[in-house]
Amino acid sequence: MHATAGAAGRIEATFAKRTAFVPFLSSGYPGPRDTPRLLMQLAQAGADVIELGLPFSDPLADGPAIQTASARALDQGVTAASALDQLAEVAPELPPIVIFTYLNPVLRMGPEKFVEKAAEAGAAGLLLTDLPVGADPGLAARLGGGGLDLIPLAAPTTSDARLKTIADSARGFLYYIARTGVTGSRTDVDAELSSRVTQLRGMLNLPVAVGFGIATPDQARTLASVADGVVVGTALIEALGTSEAAFRELAEALAEAVRANEKQH
Amino acid sequence: MTGRMGWFGTYGGQFVPETLIPALDELTRAWADARHDSEFRKTLDDCLHRYVGRPTPLYQARRLGKDMGGVRIWLKREDLNHTGAHKINNTVGQVLLARRMGKTRIIAETGAGQHGVAAATACALFGFECDVYMGEEDMRRQALNVERMRMLGARVLPVSSGSRTLKDATSEAIRDWTASVGGTHYVIGSAVGPAPYPDMVRGLQRVIGNETRTQLRELGVEPAAVFACVGGGSNAIGMFAPFIDDQPLPENPSVPADSSGPGQVRGVSDNRAELVGVEAAGAGLASGQHAASLSLGLPGVLHGSHSYLLQDEDGQVTPAHSVSAGLDYPGVGPEHSWLKESGRVRYESVTDHEAVAAFGDLCRLEGIIPALESAHAAAGLRKEAEKWKNRDVVICLSGRGDKDVEEVRRFERTRGADVQSPDQAS
Repeated sequence: MHATAGAAGRIEATFAKRTAFVPFLSSGYPGPRDTPRLLMQLAQAGADVIELGLPFSDPLADGPAIQTASARALDQGVTAASALDQLAEVAPELPPIVIFTYLNPVLRMGPEKFVEKAAEAGAAGLLLTDLPVGADPGLAARLGGGGLDLIPLAAPTTSDARLKTIADSARGFLYYIARTGVTGSRTDVDAELSSRVTQLRGMLNLPVAVGFGIATPDQARTLASVADGVVVGTALIEALGTSEAAFRELAEALAEAVRANEKQH
Repeated sequence: MTGRMGWFGTYGGQFVPETLIPALDELTRAWADARHDSEFRKTLDDCLHRYVGRPTPLYQARRLGKDMGGVRIWLKREDLNHTGAHKINNTVGQVLLARRMGKTRIIAETGAGQHGVAAATACALFGFECDVYMGEEDMRRQALNVERMRMLGARVLPVSSGSRTLKDATSEAIRDWTASVGGTHYVIGSAVGPAPYPDMVRGLQRVIGNETRTQLRELGVEPAAVFACVGGGSNAIGMFAPFIDDQPLPENPSVPADSSGPGQVRGVSDNRAELVGVEAAGAGLASGQHAASLSLGLPGVLHGSHSYLLQDEDGQVTPAHSVSAGLDYPGVGPEHSWLKESGRVRYESVTDHEAVAAFGDLCRLEGIIPALESAHAAAGLRKEAEKWKNRDVVICLSGRGDKDVEEVRRFERTRGADVQSPDQAS
């Protein structure tokens, strides 16, 4: 049977329950077989949704930490297909998974085939950094029509009119990029960001998760009081570069910080 | 999908992070506005004439033509532009546009360094801060251009990721732009990238083809073919554009993509030049070490557009290889993908050896040291010279080769036993 049954709506149901802690993990890093174990650790640490990065040779939305992790995975022979196979091993025990990658590996496998394989592996959503809303509506329909929520991104440069267009066509949640730039460089979690997120939540009929440059439990705590979800990527990948213990410790601290200050639903 | 703005058939588009979409919208509007503004046109044309040195000559290379068995070869001398290549046509246009848009900083990527030098030059001319991303491997191969950029006041930022060449420099420039998008304009160096870049760069390079046609008419020459090298493809699209526009694409592009092999000359007549793009076959198409995206790649998405791309079965971009840093790119401008598919342009390739040999020919027979990129176009003609005997053929000599002197010497020392010139017996 198709694992897509029941997948639709899983992400929104999760966001409806509580403020979501959304950690990011890069497939095949540090070791080519480490990902299933690390996914389980994130689940145990309290992840509500996990973004699972599939490596791409030219990750132009990513800063040095995720570029390095991605390159290492590719050097070790990890592919989009093998990463999805590894996800399938542990997916039943995990919170909703959003696949985070770039368009080309998806096109190469074939959009329908990719979605089918990802859904069968247990993924609930798909986020493509280089497929902005409106870039190719036909392709977006093919990607969003097979059991995965196609998660849109919005940036500080996105106009309100465009934000509404983006949110109207979306399912799951809106990933709000906290500042211009690539993943990793530190973001100031300040009053301006908080008020923009609050404004977005009032304007859109979709949960809003905030990411890019969110690194510390303090930042996560602050954002948790205004956003529907807090995404942390680079800081976890950097911790993983130090040790698995540091990775797990940071994930637990972040989850706790989000819990400590979650907004009222 | 044909006819949608920013698309060439199914190629092109705007596949970039969301952060850049408003900047691309702004650029699209600014370019649409500027290109029809007579004041902008006048400023640009004046700059191209008095500063860049246009029009460039169309020169008959008689000794080279004789050496090829009697082809009447016409060289469009883009190497005689200020800074030594066609790249300046694009950079003065884009920097003028950036000034009009109120930007204060320019970023660029560069492979061979010719675009970097041209961007640094335009920035010096118009008073812009300029940062140029360049792969470390290219900085080694093109040390002279690194120094030129620095002297012109630009910062050269080394890129150490990936293959440390043009592809990675382009990714890094896009990352910079994502962070600096408000006050910065990204001057992309070829007819690649997200819309509106391929169309804008085509528009700015079109001066090459316009002048060539005018010069041919003045000479009373009907060209049988036009050759240009294709990396990203900006000199080629600039040269081809007026020829293409004069003969609109077929309504139904049903020509199979593989019908472009040698011997299948399509549609040549006295009033319709055959257009030939020459890619870099590197160490040979069979070696896997090449940059022949159109010949051996598959459609995919890199750097913001859908186009032919060197990639593996998993959709990972595979490194390109060419002795010429300017052709060392795994992608190609989206319009070239469309022109290949529609059959309007035939794409061939030549190896490093063939290009280096053509480099030597131009030096010794014509007294012109060409860029290794441009030498590919000349080598492409030589491979089929028999076919063009007693006919008029234009080669876009896109740039000069001072930058390549060291690389050619190195190539001859390490790989070039069969291309040695007489004075290199040691």
